[in-house]
Amino acid sequence: MSGFPDLTSGSRPVGVVSFAQYDNVRREDNRNEVEMLMPVVAEVFGNIGITKDDVGFICSGSTDYLIGGPFSFVAALDAVGVWPPRAESHVEMDGAWALYEAWVLLQEGEIDAALVYAFGRSSMGHLGEILSVQLDPYYLAPLWPDPTSLAALQAQAMIDKGLASEADFAAVASRSRRSALDNPKAQVAYDRSPEALLAEDYEVAPLRRHALPPLTDGCAAIVLAAGDRAYELCERPAFITGIDHRIETHSVGARDLSTSPSTKLAGEKAGVGAKKVDVAELHAPYAHQELILAEALGLGEGVDVNPSGGALAANPMMSAGLIRIGESAQRIWSGQADRAVAHATSGPCLQQNLVCVLEGV
Amino acid sequence: MSEREPVTMMAATTRLDFEFTAGVAMSKNLHGYEEGKFIGQRCPKCKKVYVPSRGSCPTDGLPTDEVVELPNTGTMTTYCVVNVPFAGQSIEIPYICGQILLDGANLSFMGLIQEIPIDEIRMGMRVEAVWAPPEEWGPTLASVKYFRPTGEPDAAYETYKEYL
Repeated sequence: MSGFPDLTSGSRPVGVVSFAQYDNVRREDNRNEVEMLMPVVAEVFGNIGITKDDVGFICSGSTDYLIGGPFSFVAALDAVGVWPPRAESHVEMDGAWALYEAWVLLQEGEIDAALVYAFGRSSMGHLGEILSVQLDPYYLAPLWPDPTSLAALQAQAMIDKGLASEADFAAVASRSRRSALDNPKAQVAYDRSPEALLAEDYEVAPLRRHALPPLTDGCAAIVLAAGDRAYELCERPAFITGIDHRIETHSVGARDLSTSPSTKLAGEKAGVGAKKVDVAELHAPYAHQELILAEALGLGEGVDVNPSGGALAANPMMSAGLIRIGESAQRIWSGQADRAVAHATSGPCLQQNLVCVLEGV
Repeated sequence: MSEREPVTMMAATTRLDFEFTAGVAMSKNLHGYEEGKFIGQRCPKCKKVYVPSRGSCPTDGLPTDEVVELPNTGTMTTYCVVNVPFAGQSIEIPYICGQILLDGANLSFMGLIQEIPIDEIRMGMRVEAVWAPPEEWGPTLASVKYFRPTGEPDAAYETYKEYL
């Protein structure tokens, strides 16, 4: 027990005390969503010696569009076993936003611990088509633009403004995949130089294969605990000192895609710049997006960006953002970092962004 | 300048195709139908038998790893007489849809009831599965043609009241 850090958001210290994630794979052929989640939920509880009866709230993030079946989030609760009945909620968003909802509830003081989980599979349908359905239904969705094509417009906007080059994108991908070699949960990891990566063909110019995320099936879970309860469950909890999320317009054509004002605002509200940042886990599915996010968050030299390899190492839909929070927390538990910034995104070209600042005492 | 009618409506058709993964537990159940068997799974804690299982006990959140073969007989806990025609209907109306609770199971499923006049149908009726010829068995509940009365006395309400 060694006190609590100063809080930028909220008034009650809430910490990440446990994290587990599935082995990220291109395609899970055998297990259904419940069978994927069960071992992850068992691990996230088992790590800290608690059971489902020790959490006062359960919140999940997923989307039925990936599975093609209604109410898949209700069926997924079978992985936890919600009897006797308990407070539960779901967001049709990445699990990072489910974590936000749980954090808000923990602020009210009625409960001391909450389970957050997220799941999503990219293999059950055509992900590019599925994601185009989230676009504005009148002007954009009828064109079926896939996320890579939209991201390529964003990368080109950066090049046109002189903010970055294709070599910069390759440098991000090279560093991320090399870092991923140390991540046992990484799906794509290699040691290749930026020059070698630049020899690849374009997928959608100016993006080459290395700048794209893998297609991933996976899931993840986190336990949050408040106040002294956090110290009972974890030697060095990763306390959330600031958390905020902001969104930009639905219309991709109305945005300056080369910057991320929503990330900048969320970062300011979460207090990113108040103290030194040791580690940043940024949810940048496309390589160039890491550069936009680092700029928006004001991350300078000396910040270890995406030591896990980030979403370029594994990009399980709906949990890749939550995993950024888990990866950041792990580095605080281990003492590798004292202060970490975790980021999650949703929508085309970084439309919506959540920033979470974590600190250990 | 040409006069054009304003656009007041647009059609943007959407179609998404998906591949379904039944899962490990459900696959065992479906493969059972290929061999003329009802395959369920038991929860290690509450001992309930789910047929089919989705891999987890929804009460306890534990894997239902123990495989249980269930008999052909059970109780029809409740039913519905279908009198309404609908698109794609493959059975002549009126017909009976029953909830079948196999003996030893703790989860009922829907099945077609035949070989009984509509006005004799009742809750608690004992039924048995009538399987299709073995050459027609596949990984689908359609391997069971229908359920029919066994002629045994009706089950007592207390034995199935939790499964309505």
